[in-house]
Amino acid sequence: MKYNIGIDIGSTCAKTIVLNETKEIIHRLLQPTGWSSVETAGAIREKLTELGVDWDNAAVVATGYGRISVPYADKCVTEITCHGRGACHIFGSDNLAVIDIGGQDTKLICVEDGMVKDFIMNDKCSAGTGKFLEIMANTLAVSPAQLCELAEKGGGVSISSMCTVFAESEVISLIGRGESKENIAFGVVDSIVKKVATQAGRLNLQDFKVCLTGGLCDFPYLRQRLEKTLNVPVDACPDARYAGAIGAALSAAAVRK
Amino acid sequence: MADYVQMWKDLGMDLETHDLLCQVLPTAVGDVYLSQENRPKAMDFWDLVISEVHGIRPAELIAAQAEGRKVFGTFCVYVPDEVIVAANGIVTGLCGGSQFWVPSGEAVLPKSMCPLVKASVGARLGKTCPFFRIADMYVGETTCDGKKKAYEILGEDVPMYIMDVPQMKREKDILKWKEEIAEFAKTVEEFTGNEITAEKLAESIKIHNEKRKALQRVYNCRKSECLPISGRDALLMTQISFFDDPVRCAQMCNRLADELEQRIADGVSVVPAGTKRILITGTPLAVPNWKLHNIIETSGAAVVCEEMCTGTRYFENLVDESKTTLDEQFMALSERYMKTNCACFTPNTGRIDDILRLCKEYKVDGVIDCSLKFCCLYDTEKYSVSRALKEAGIPVLSLETDYADTDAEQLRTRIGAFVEMLNG
Repeated sequence: MKYNIGIDIGSTCAKTIVLNETKEIIHRLLQPTGWSSVETAGAIREKLTELGVDWDNAAVVATGYGRISVPYADKCVTEITCHGRGACHIFGSDNLAVIDIGGQDTKLICVEDGMVKDFIMNDKCSAGTGKFLEIMANTLAVSPAQLCELAEKGGGVSISSMCTVFAESEVISLIGRGESKENIAFGVVDSIVKKVATQAGRLNLQDFKVCLTGGLCDFPYLRQRLEKTLNVPVDACPDARYAGAIGAALSAAAVRK
Repeated sequence: MADYVQMWKDLGMDLETHDLLCQVLPTAVGDVYLSQENRPKAMDFWDLVISEVHGIRPAELIAAQAEGRKVFGTFCVYVPDEVIVAANGIVTGLCGGSQFWVPSGEAVLPKSMCPLVKASVGARLGKTCPFFRIADMYVGETTCDGKKKAYEILGEDVPMYIMDVPQMKREKDILKWKEEIAEFAKTVEEFTGNEITAEKLAESIKIHNEKRKALQRVYNCRKSECLPISGRDALLMTQISFFDDPVRCAQMCNRLADELEQRIADGVSVVPAGTKRILITGTPLAVPNWKLHNIIETSGAAVVCEEMCTGTRYFENLVDESKTTLDEQFMALSERYMKTNCACFTPNTGRIDDILRLCKEYKVDGVIDCSLKFCCLYDTEKYSVSRALKEAGIPVLSLETDYADTDAEQLRTRIGAFVEMLNG
């Protein structure tokens, strides 16, 4: 059996996917990236060996910010190409607009006929990213998933700052003012959605089937809010957080050829 | 390296801080330049100049000053070098291209100002650049708001002359620029003590046209499918041309072009066949800013053209050499300089025409439109640039960055993805 392995070392989580010859997922791994991408890559290799991966018959493509820290990778491919490719596989379409909300990046990727045609990434700033949500959830002493659930019941608060550090102090003032957790959570999600919508304004999303990938894909409330604000249906599924790794594994199959 | 310490001391430089700069530059040159394979031999001239960038040319300038010549420091491709050289003056570029100078600039300038302006002010006030010490007079110009205000601060420390660049390109603006040139000529005459005659100006115009033709000749070689020179090397040549003597600059560029033309004839390329060809457009890349070229060319693509002040805007279009009176010559100069496109003009559709034309001439696969942080003018033009390129079916990546290396990985991801996209 041949193993096509995709490793996506993101800023927060490392995702690993193993595909067989027929592009079926046979293994999924998810772990925190931790402080050392190199150690994480080593741990992934050990785990895959335990799972019975035959390295003589394996091709590995690494992606994500830690992609250069995977010494046993046959090739590195950027996460933009991988997310585009992976999303096409997951959502069964070669024409997609992919919204990927990752730990430190928010990416919008337009894919036509299976090829990336255009993309936009946030600047070097965490506003509108998973990191933003994580920091705000910490401030509210809840998990990111709980924050999204709370947000559904809230309203009326907007967080004006575009910068995570300043937004955090805004949230702290809201807490000090006695604003409810639900309303603050609403403001947090609202801020992410608006930031993504601003970026999306540069692309013609109406022409595409839109899907959500990355760590926030299984937060239904966030997806609903995106649908409402962007005024397009937004698809998501649990495997969408592995989109980058799946795209890398698909690239691994191509490396072998 | 020759010992320039006494010279730097005499220039009143901050030697201790300057030493730190001297320590980092060789590493940068090694990483970006010397690591390249199969470079043209004629690059040895620029390798030498950059290895002693604060030594060789400054020493020449000081020797010229000892003979009574004046050195004019400039910041913009709109300032007519011809006028200065006609009065036996010397021109040197003064734009700062290193993060090293930014903190000294931030001591007096707002944070939200472009790094080029901050570095230029910082290089003067921090006393860490010999060119900024040597220049007898700075010639500024009213291009962007950041520079206009920065010149007021620089003017407290050094004689400063400001040329009023028009913001539109109507017939009356070309006439106005001609008058500005004529007035500047008077100042240059007074400052140097040398009269500018029509004969001297004609000779100077010819010298500068020859320099432009030589730079263009090297760029023409970059149009070849067989790419004989890397973008990094071509950029270094262009950057140094702002500091060098114009006659020697032309000689060296022609020497390089000879070799490149031979390389093309012999089929010698610095990249494998099929390497994607990138045009960079946007704000200038002042020496030693090689960040973007380095990332692009270590991500599997090649830079074949720069539509920038440190690129085609510097040397495209020649001055009409047939004029015999000063009045006609000033007009010919104005007509040539007013063809240069800059985002400080409105409208600036000529820049988009140029980008589309250059994409064809240089057989470009994709365009990277990059502006320095806080350059509101070029940042705003990205919208119309990317729209025009998309309409023409040319992929474009818009970026914003500064001099710090801290965003190198983020840029690498975007540029890497862009190259993957071009490779399909």
